[in-house]
Amino acid sequence: MTHVVTDNCRGCRYTDCVASCPVACFHVNEVRVYIDPAVCIDCSACIPACPVHAIVEEFDLADDQQHWIRINAEAAQRYPVIRARLPPLDGADARRQQLGL
Amino acid sequence: MAIPGTEGHPLRVAVVGSGPGGFYAAEALLESGLQVEIDLIERLPVPFGLVRFGVAPDHAKLKSVTTVFTQIAEDPRLRFFGNVELGRDLSAEQLGALYHAVIVATGAAGDRQLGIAGEHLAGVHAAGDFVGWYNGRPECADLEFDLQQEVAVVIGQGNVAIDVCRILASPVDVLRRTDIAAHALDALAQSRIREIHLVGRRGPVQAKFTPKELRELGTLPGWQPRVDPAALALNDASQAELVLPGFVHAPRNLDILRGFAQTPADDGRRPLHLHFHCAPVALSGATRVERIELEAQALSGEPGAQSAAPTGERLSLPAGLVLRSVGYRGTPLPGLPFDRVRGALPHRDGRLIDTGGEVLRGWYATGWIKRGPTGVIGTNRADSVDTVTSLLADLAQLDTPKAGRAGLLAQLAADCRKVVDFDGWRAIEQAEAERGRAGGKPAEKFVRVEDMLHAAAVAEAPQSRERACAR
Repeated sequence: MTHVVTDNCRGCRYTDCVASCPVACFHVNEVRVYIDPAVCIDCSACIPACPVHAIVEEFDLADDQQHWIRINAEAAQRYPVIRARLPPLDGADARRQQLGL
Repeated sequence: MAIPGTEGHPLRVAVVGSGPGGFYAAEALLESGLQVEIDLIERLPVPFGLVRFGVAPDHAKLKSVTTVFTQIAEDPRLRFFGNVELGRDLSAEQLGALYHAVIVATGAAGDRQLGIAGEHLAGVHAAGDFVGWYNGRPECADLEFDLQQEVAVVIGQGNVAIDVCRILASPVDVLRRTDIAAHALDALAQSRIREIHLVGRRGPVQAKFTPKELRELGTLPGWQPRVDPAALALNDASQAELVLPGFVHAPRNLDILRGFAQTPADDGRRPLHLHFHCAPVALSGATRVERIELEAQALSGEPGAQSAAPTGERLSLPAGLVLRSVGYRGTPLPGLPFDRVRGALPHRDGRLIDTGGEVLRGWYATGWIKRGPTGVIGTNRADSVDTVTSLLADLAQLDTPKAGRAGLLAQLAADCRKVVDFDGWRAIEQAEAERGRAGGKPAEKFVRVEDMLHAAAVAEAPQSRERACAR
């Protein structure tokens, strides 16, 4: 079991999740973050921290969201670890509104 | 005077308490880019606070966060001082005089009481004491829980309440492979509990447990979680709460509970009843607790601010063991202000304040003693980052020269205090792993401070192995 970052993160990248991760399992690229399933300890602290509800426990993923497990695992190998909060991306608030959140 | 944190003028900080809040405060200081000298002061000879004494033994993955804490402790700028207690070995005044800043991260170990008749009957306990008992917390090692009773009632709607239910209902062969304390394993192996009631005042939407913990109740062999479907009917305000930011776990919790409610009762399995909208009003029994009286509650108020009020309808259950988990409280620290209502230290942005609202220069708080007993392990990391951000903004006012670690060592040596450093902890950890190996457990914890000190092979305070301390 792990937690995964789904599509809502793209274009927002608020990174509030990163500050509350106890084990530095988040990785970052230009548009979003990913969780390394080998490092995540399933504490769930990141779930309420995310303003756009992008983070889901693997168990709770809908059938059409299952691909995020593989995407997170692969991207975590490719991108650097992020441990401290960054400013949200330009347009994050607009995207958040668009998502209805 | 030089601002601390600059070359040749290290910022000297004492962090009091080595649970998650303390370790993450230390980490934030180590990563600040400043010259720092951090002393992590822990009351017990062993570090990690509630990760060792709170997280349930069958949650090994969560406990593995100690790997991160160990990496923080290995930084040469940090030193661990185990078996040193604020208030016992050092006063707040002494500590404040030694360091530029003190960050209090002592947690919230006291429990809230129900305040109902019969609460002091034998068989009624704080759930936190039960947790401490099965996790080998020294203060709880001699407690006794009567598991020869058949019905246990757990009061509360958070993850601690669920942990307690799960440990009571877990197959002993599962627990045998964890680091659960031997005395608890023995008692649980003889347990006769065959019915558990989890009782809470509020509804399924307001319950504080996380879906992961709730779901686990449905995976206990031989036990069946049962919920009255009527308890899952939501009033308009609760329905509206499902999309509020503070209720992010509620929709999934509700799905899981609906799953429990829809499963037909299976008499071949022991029932674990989840009661919502029920508040305990009295406990009764001749020589020990035998029954609990509950009163039905109705929620009213605006979404996000509903409160429960009794409807007058009563329910009585047999109860041989009652464990209350209705919140933890911090305990006052000698020489520091305290907010008795919140059960926490009064603060503004992590800076301690006195009763007049004035900032106590150089004093900070993080973790449960700061914000109260809410959140999970990772919540404390964000909290500690916030507190350290406040501290770093204050550096210009913290410029009085301080003795720091050298002063602390001298003080402890003068008092012949036995101090456990991180190597001492590693010796304890290794000895615990060896003790566990025989029984196939990852560790068999020491539950006595003397045994921990013995395993750590501590002589006297470092730099003080002189005749004066030869006792």
